Amino acid sequence: MDEVAPVSIDLRAEYEESGVREVLDELDRELIGLAPVKSRIRETAALLLVDRARARLGLSHDTPTLHMSFTGNPGTGKTTVAQKMAGLLHRLGYVRKGHLVSVTRDDLVGQYIGHTAPKTKEVLKKAMGGVLFIDEAYYLYKPDNERDYGQEAIEILLQVMENNRDDLVVIMAGYADRMDRFFSANPGFRSRIAHHIDFPDYTDDELGRIAGAMLDAQGYRLDPGAQAAMAEYVTLRRAQPHFANARSIRNALDRARLRQANRLFTQDRPVTADDLCIITAPDLRASRVFSGGLDPDSGRSKDDAHGL
Amino acid sequence: MRITQGCFSFLPDLTDEEISAQVEYCLARDWAIGIEYTDEPHPRNTFWEMWGNPMFDLKDAKGVMMELEDCRKANPDSYIRMNAFDNARGLETVTMSFIVHRPAVEPRIIMRRTEVDGRSIRYTHEVAR
Repeated sequence: MDEVAPVSIDLRAEYEESGVREVLDELDRELIGLAPVKSRIRETAALLLVDRARARLGLSHDTPTLHMSFTGNPGTGKTTVAQKMAGLLHRLGYVRKGHLVSVTRDDLVGQYIGHTAPKTKEVLKKAMGGVLFIDEAYYLYKPDNERDYGQEAIEILLQVMENNRDDLVVIMAGYADRMDRFFSANPGFRSRIAHHIDFPDYTDDELGRIAGAMLDAQGYRLDPGAQAAMAEYVTLRRAQPHFANARSIRNALDRARLRQANRLFTQDRPVTADDLCIITAPDLRASRVFSGGLDPDSGRSKDDAHGL
Repeated sequence: MRITQGCFSFLPDLTDEEISAQVEYCLARDWAIGIEYTDEPHPRNTFWEMWGNPMFDLKDAKGVMMELEDCRKANPDSYIRMNAFDNARGLETVTMSFIVHRPAVEPRIIMRRTEVDGRSIRYTHEVAR
């Protein structure tokens, strides 16, 4: 390997060539709001680009610690950003394959003695060369039960996070306060995680735009009355329990589509393409959110109830 | 005596990087990799011990290499081979197999002659240590 180190590196050209720009542009285009997250990711990307340039000029050889924690309320886009992050790290050459393996406690922790280690290792093997995304990571640690097998999974994870830094990146996600408690109980994680990114809640306006984008993707649209209803819905829904940001909006839209289909089905005239695409105010206003109660379907809709 | 079976066995032993590259080749074709070991390298012994289940859904060779490392640690005096399984025909078919580890001292395979039915001779091979 007698390759002569270049004298200078054009960071701008690097930025274009590596495809990092594409990922960041995609992030800007596809994700509404999340300004602090986007700027943190830009900073991280810049750091990694500079690090890579430094390595190529022979200034440093250490792989930077890339493990991250994403904190924020449910439905704020943590999984989506993790996906983009995997793409970004792949373009920069910090992970070889750039796939995302998304797991929760159930996938890592076993049911009986001797079940946990193989299970955790299985997941780690699948995540090699990519990004391991652990959702609600604090469930791994249960302080009230000292015989809980979560501890075993934590130990294996810590070991791999240290020894296989070149092979995979671990992203842990969950509520901010519970993650803080988790990290203070497991100082090993705190010291191995370099990047903490906090996901803020969406504003009402952003949620309105997200609703528009979601409907757009499915080929629906709101009539003016429904738009007003949607704005009202967001404000009301936020004050009610189990609010899960974009996920609540998605569920509300799914239910509105259901009502729209019902309305079209029960009316006695042929439907036009417009009829099929337009969601009207009554479709939205039938939701129990407007009558002050919890959404009538939330008991049944696991997703929403889960997004505590 | 150097045992030759599977791919690459007439070549010098593969280094870890070379094994890794072969595994990458397999994974790129969506083949699953299984690790097996034995202390009985007789060519007729097709049943080697499985080191865990074959590994499906891996994206990177590192996962396989970690298992190989563990298997070597546990069975330093065994033969270890990797099998790649192709499911294109609707069942998992061994499509590539190569030895990745040998004991420090390999056993010999010797030939035995047995006289049967008068002066007829039967030949058989045995592993001798």
